[in-house]
Amino acid sequence: MTAFLVRRAVGAVWVVVGVAVTVFLILHLTGDPAAVMMPPDATTEQVAAFRHNQGFDRPLWVQFGSFAWSALRGDFGDSLRHGEPALGLALERAPASLELAFSALALAIVVAIPIGVLAALRRNSLLDFVARVFALIGQSAPVYWMGIMLILVFGVQLGWFPVSGIGGLSHLVLPTITLGLFTMAQLMRLTRSSMLDVLKSDFLRTARAKGVRPLALLWHHALRNAWLPIVTVIGTELVALFSQAIITETIFSWPGVARLAVQAIVDRDYPIVEVVVILAALAFVGVNMLIDIFYSLLDPRIRYS
Amino acid sequence: MTTAVNTLSSLDEPVRRRSFVSLLFAGPATVAGAIVIAVVAVFALCAPWIAPHDPNFQNLPAAFKPPSWLQGGTATYLLGTDDLGRDIFSRIVWGARVAGIVGLSGVAIGGCIGVALGVIAGYFGGIVDDVIARIADVQFAFPAVLLAIAVVGVIGPSLLTVVVTIGITGWVQYVRVVRAETLSLRERDFVQAAVATGASLTRILLRHVLPNVSSSVTVLATFGLARAIILESALSFLALGVPPDVPSWGTMLADGRQFLDTDWWLGLFPGLAIFVTVLGVNLFGDGLRDALDPQSR
Repeated sequence: MTAFLVRRAVGAVWVVVGVAVTVFLILHLTGDPAAVMMPPDATTEQVAAFRHNQGFDRPLWVQFGSFAWSALRGDFGDSLRHGEPALGLALERAPASLELAFSALALAIVVAIPIGVLAALRRNSLLDFVARVFALIGQSAPVYWMGIMLILVFGVQLGWFPVSGIGGLSHLVLPTITLGLFTMAQLMRLTRSSMLDVLKSDFLRTARAKGVRPLALLWHHALRNAWLPIVTVIGTELVALFSQAIITETIFSWPGVARLAVQAIVDRDYPIVEVVVILAALAFVGVNMLIDIFYSLLDPRIRYS
Repeated sequence: MTTAVNTLSSLDEPVRRRSFVSLLFAGPATVAGAIVIAVVAVFALCAPWIAPHDPNFQNLPAAFKPPSWLQGGTATYLLGTDDLGRDIFSRIVWGARVAGIVGLSGVAIGGCIGVALGVIAGYFGGIVDDVIARIADVQFAFPAVLLAIAVVGVIGPSLLTVVVTIGITGWVQYVRVVRAETLSLRERDFVQAAVATGASLTRILLRHVLPNVSSSVTVLATFGLARAIILESALSFLALGVPPDVPSWGTMLADGRQFLDTDWWLGLFPGLAIFVTVLGVNLFGDGLRDALDPQSR
């Protein structure tokens, strides 16, 4: 287990380093940062001075070295727009994003898993049909259109929920549904098919034959085995969730990290873009490592070596 | 594609073979999906003849006309007009062309990169495999929309940028599947036989490996198409997609957003166009997967 964890940790570090290099190269190779960051009416001398101040006139590998060295110590440079440390700005926005992401993920799990299980148990029933149609719709409806339609119906027409900004629980409702829907659809499909696989298995037939009570059968025998693929997908869904959070936060004027990143890209505020992307990658590898550990708890047959 | 399918089915199940087409269109959902795709394809190919108006012609006096069946609507503008008096139906028809171009070329780029890397990783293994796997891990942890926004934001929005962006963010799925299949194909007798008879590497990969991964790649490409259409409209929605003079569903939806409370048809119809198209592609993809791989049913 320890050896496995060490190997996973090395892999995780590589992913974060790779993401850092990628975002750095994208930002620095695809145009002169000084030219895009300075106002259009800046004189040549001003641009040159800015370039020198920011160190953009040094060779690329030197720039990356100093970026990486500072980043290791938690210093991602100051935001070019706000003049404050980029890391601080991103962390300031993180709770809002986490609140939205967790409530969306929780909603998806709470709705999708029971319905997916029931749909598998009652295959070809009305519930199964409705669940499948719902999953298909959830997977096909673009996040931003869903958000806009929810705003139109529940915000504008019915006036039940506020449509922008952060506040009490009522502010959370529409963004949570918007963000959670796609993940919910994915999870529902996967839970259903994963349960169907388990229900077909020999060990379940044996358990049923020896008279295990239905609820125990479901809980100890079926679900225990259906969990693995479901948990895996929850881990990989996180990146998709982040992508969709960008749009959800934009639509609902949610003051989160994703919206900060979009604004920073528009403003060419490179330090913020770098820090947000790296934080997202850290969160992703962190959660996926936790899931690997979780596996061995769920399934004692998995012995990492 | 058909040859590949025949190769596969003749290898695996020589008995009781139904024709691929009858297998594919066994369910009504797949048929519905195919019809949607066909309609969008006809829109895209024949846009100049189907669209009743020039999609970019601005007729300001006729702005905000509701759909023809509502009060105040006219038969001239089937789905109404937008804030600049442009015909919404015509823009949706032309938008199919953008969705088609972006979707197909995005999938082509992503598919080519992914299949090439997957075959190489699976066939050669070792350090090549490790390096490709690590690169895929990085790409996997990088939110596609953010990468897309960064690339488009820096290079500047254009149809080409959007296509390339969608391509380079969509190759990871292919690598994983193709690599795994190549790994097992490499050990199969017919590949070993080809190696033993001295077939060139190119020949082995192109003649023996590639045709046998093509059915999975076809299924992945179908779902990739759905993803590409959504990503294009998401980028256009964030004003980082195609230029404003190109009628795109995402741009239309973004433009219509501010008029939602009074003139809802500006945002509803382009959104429906995206939704129905993606739904159709997903339905067709499900059917295709079931027909190609009976195990997954």
